Amino acid sequence: MNLIQELEQEQIAKLTESKEIPDFKAGDNLRVHVRITEGTRSRVQIYEGLCIARKNRSIGSSFTVRKLSGSEGVERVFTLYSPILEKIEVVRRGRVRRAKLYYLRGRTGKAARIKEKADWMNKKASK
Amino acid sequence: MRSGLIAQKVGMTHVFTAEGLQLPVTVLAVDSHVVAQRTNDKDGYTAVQLGFGEAKPKNVTKPLRGLFAKAKVEPKLNLVEFRVDDEALIEVGSELSATHFVEGQYVDVCGTSIGKGFAGAMKRHNFGGLRASHGVSISHRSHGSTGQCQFPGRVFKGKKMAGHMGATRVTIQNLTVVSVDSERNLVLVKGSVPGHDTGWVRITDAVKKSAPKGVPMPAGIKGSVSASEEA
Repeated sequence: MNLIQELEQEQIAKLTESKEIPDFKAGDNLRVHVRITEGTRSRVQIYEGLCIARKNRSIGSSFTVRKLSGSEGVERVFTLYSPILEKIEVVRRGRVRRAKLYYLRGRTGKAARIKEKADWMNKKASK
Repeated sequence: MRSGLIAQKVGMTHVFTAEGLQLPVTVLAVDSHVVAQRTNDKDGYTAVQLGFGEAKPKNVTKPLRGLFAKAKVEPKLNLVEFRVDDEALIEVGSELSATHFVEGQYVDVCGTSIGKGFAGAMKRHNFGGLRASHGVSISHRSHGSTGQCQFPGRVFKGKKMAGHMGATRVTIQNLTVVSVDSERNLVLVKGSVPGHDTGWVRITDAVKKSAPKGVPMPAGIKGSVSASEEA
């Protein structure tokens, strides 16, 4: 492992000390708890939507969450290890055959459905 | 004026701040031994000479071997001088540490930029090039006209043209020190620094900013408790 990787691993270990990042993929529905600081006050906002992409680059890893706000599609990119993310919850696991679900951008309603992964709740419980 | 440091560029990465900001940082590995001093009595000016890098003794000339032997340091790849004030002279033989700089202070970083070879006017001087159509043929990336008419009848000196680009000494001023790792002798500065990875750079206190309180004087020396830790 070179020095840069070493520094990144150390930082990741420090940032994930007090929180757990669940195992999730593109196609999963997520609830992302984001800490928002306004002046001196800070509160937690929940952003819920479908994860359409994950980028794995060590400390620079990120994921994209898409949701419909009204009828307008909204996408937000989060850095996976950012300290402003209090928690990431997996609400539903979807069965998809792509790593990046950019094709959903042109679709709405029935065409934008994703099948739920069979039995994922039970599998999680048995683990 | 304090001495600077010589460091090797390790590479770039990100660092998260407590507020959740993601900063781009360059990791610099400090490697500097004091090899000699220049004093007013002897040389008419004051400076410290630093050695850096590792050299095989068989590749070092005899006079240089003598210099290193006198300073009691391993043979070094290269030597540089830093002009310093009288009181900032550092003892010969000491190894400088990354704690020479403190978190949040501004530094200037000087290195040799990456060579681009023979580059055209568009890349080298940000020229616009010629049009993509309307009769332009085979010269879309050319520099265009270089002057006027029969008067002056020549191209002015200093006209920006294609030529060799990069591989020159470049200084980036006022970079912030994000953190200092005394154990591994690393300085992390915000932003990029000139040159490729494993290239050597000079780090000095920023000339355009006043140094913060708590910087070690005359220098952060390895093995000794630095001023910032005492405070």
